[in-house]
Amino acid sequence: MIQVNNLSKTYNNGVQVLNIENLEIPKGQSFGLVGNNGAGKTTFFSLLLDLIQPSTGKILNNGIQVNTSESWKPFTSAFIDESFLIGYLTAEEYFYFIGDLRKQNKADVDALLQKHEEFFNGEILNKKKYLRDLSKGNQKKVGIIATLIGNPEVVILDEPFANLDPTTVSRLKKIIKELTQSKNTTVLISSHDLMHTVEVCERIVALHLGQVVKDIQSTSETLQELESFFAV
Amino acid sequence: MIKNFIKLEWKSFLRSASFGSNVVMKIFMVLGALYFMAIFLLLGFASYPLLQDSGLPPFPTVNKYLIYFFVLDLVVRYFLQKMPVLNIKPLLVLPISRSKIVNYCLGKTAVSFFNWVHIFFFVPFSIMLIKNNFNTLEVFTWMIGMFFIVYINNFINVLINNKDVVFYSVVATVGLLGVAQYYQWFDVTLYTAPFFESFYHKPYMVLFPLLLIALLYYFAYQYFASNLNLDEGLASKSEIAKTEDFTFLDQFGTLGTFLKNDIRMLKRNKRSRTTLIMSVLFVFYGLLFYTNSIEAYNNPAMRAFAGIFVSGGFLFTFGQFVPSWDSAYYQLMMSQNIQYKDYLASKWWLMVIGTVLSTILASFYLYFGLETYLLIVVGAIFNIGVNSHLVMLGGAFVKTPIDLSSSKQAFGDKQAFNLKTLLISLPKLVLPMALYALGYYLFSPNIGLLFVALAGVLGFAFKDYVFTKIESIYKTEKYSTIASYKQKN
Repeated sequence: MIQVNNLSKTYNNGVQVLNIENLEIPKGQSFGLVGNNGAGKTTFFSLLLDLIQPSTGKILNNGIQVNTSESWKPFTSAFIDESFLIGYLTAEEYFYFIGDLRKQNKADVDALLQKHEEFFNGEILNKKKYLRDLSKGNQKKVGIIATLIGNPEVVILDEPFANLDPTTVSRLKKIIKELTQSKNTTVLISSHDLMHTVEVCERIVALHLGQVVKDIQSTSETLQELESFFAV
Repeated sequence: MIKNFIKLEWKSFLRSASFGSNVVMKIFMVLGALYFMAIFLLLGFASYPLLQDSGLPPFPTVNKYLIYFFVLDLVVRYFLQKMPVLNIKPLLVLPISRSKIVNYCLGKTAVSFFNWVHIFFFVPFSIMLIKNNFNTLEVFTWMIGMFFIVYINNFINVLINNKDVVFYSVVATVGLLGVAQYYQWFDVTLYTAPFFESFYHKPYMVLFPLLLIALLYYFAYQYFASNLNLDEGLASKSEIAKTEDFTFLDQFGTLGTFLKNDIRMLKRNKRSRTTLIMSVLFVFYGLLFYTNSIEAYNNPAMRAFAGIFVSGGFLFTFGQFVPSWDSAYYQLMMSQNIQYKDYLASKWWLMVIGTVLSTILASFYLYFGLETYLLIVVGAIFNIGVNSHLVMLGGAFVKTPIDLSSSKQAFGDKQAFNLKTLLISLPKLVLPMALYALGYYLFSPNIGLLFVALAGVLGFAFKDYVFTKIESIYKTEKYSTIASYKQKN
């Protein structure tokens, strides 16, 4: 589904923040990206979404080179940070707005929201609040569910577990597992949290200073392996 | 400690992201301040002889109107003087006593421009009084009394800030008193003038405002100190949100989706609401031109200029910040399935709607004759046909992120009304002025109108071409736009 070739990003000051020679993510895989701060996780996702320009190389999303064509947008959705939310909208308005852009009608969106009512925990819908006035965790819930609108084939979530309460984390893990069960949706997750990532992802890639330093299928030993790698 | 506070202040000034881009703005602000200082200085020296020449006793007359002067001062402060509560949060958990923080904040308001600008009026006026054989010592106590009242205003403003009800009722009361005085029903100055004058006749009276300052300071101190919690004074207010569907816009497809969003954006953010208010003010701007009250404006070119401005207020103030209005969530827009054409079209339609509404609102100009209103109508045609494209073309290069939630204080560094961008829009005015003047002098006023209207229609024909052009600019500028929107002010 996603192919990365010779991808690198170097800033004007000569600092190279990402350098991935070759990476292939097959369709339907749940893919976890782990690494310390500054390892290049968000940079990679930003490149994948064509929000920044690669210095060299390219990314193909379903065969489409992301920085030359825009036709990957209809089947790709992402939540990176709060700048993916529109602060002056209520949660419902935001969902319908995204729904409109993804050619979903109101009923489709309502059905999806109904399905994830448990995840919202009664704190999102009909709260008479604009998104900008929600807490960080609740904002995140909105952003995550919004990525599921319109059955995208690629879902990108940056740090989805951060800022969430324990109950919501376990509900989110359930949602992600369900997503990848059908093998139609490729899910890309980045996280600092090794345990959560290992639990929901079939494959873990560890980045360090912009380089791929580990690429493993998760098994029962994976967590231990990763923990010992990051314990310095 | 104070030294550290001042250091912080200085750094926050120098390092604010908007510092560089707003230097022009700052220069205009300094010029504005100098202008007011000069005016006050001039008034201070000239009001004595001027009043004398018109047969009014200068000192009593000034005392008589001081009440209105001070209320006006309060109004200006209420809208423009900034409250010092902004950067307190990070200090709360540091080992600094609360009283120090509060005292510093209140002290900071005391050195504000809005206080010391009064020196430029009261000092020269006092000098003039002394020169005209008023008692030196008593003039001095009067002057001190005035400064005390300026500071009373300062602390009243601190206390009533953000209490619109209190503020507007005070202003309304004084306004009514003014009207009552004008129609000679009731003259409040009969009571206030002796009070202001008493600082001269009875020097010990200055103790009274001094006591009042101390009291106000005490209350302000108490108020701040007790509200210095995250859940009270420093809490960000949240409005009660209402979901609005605007289902009637659904029939326009994607265009409707964007229009809905833009309407919500205009309604729900302080910054964009300021823009709406500004555009209504622009409608009345034409009064300066069409009432013939200012000689320099009384020629065909200037009247065409007014026509453009009356109908185009919204177009100018809103249009130059497309796409900056969406800067807060630009990354979302760029990763969604969005056609630039639809996005641009929705902004364009919004500007067209704004222009048409302004033109309808301006129909009261018919009072000045059909010719005048026709000028506004052709101005609207030109705005829709040509200027709407020009502002969007310019906007594509404006990469200043807009903080939608900021700014009750519309002027100043919050960039709600930016003189720089006003300057950019001047060329958009020169063309219709020239066209109208050309037709007016070569043929007849009606031909002049026709010229402007035709230019508008011609511009409209190029709409698709211009949209494609803007689209390609958007695409080439995409990465740098995203990068600059990421920097918060």
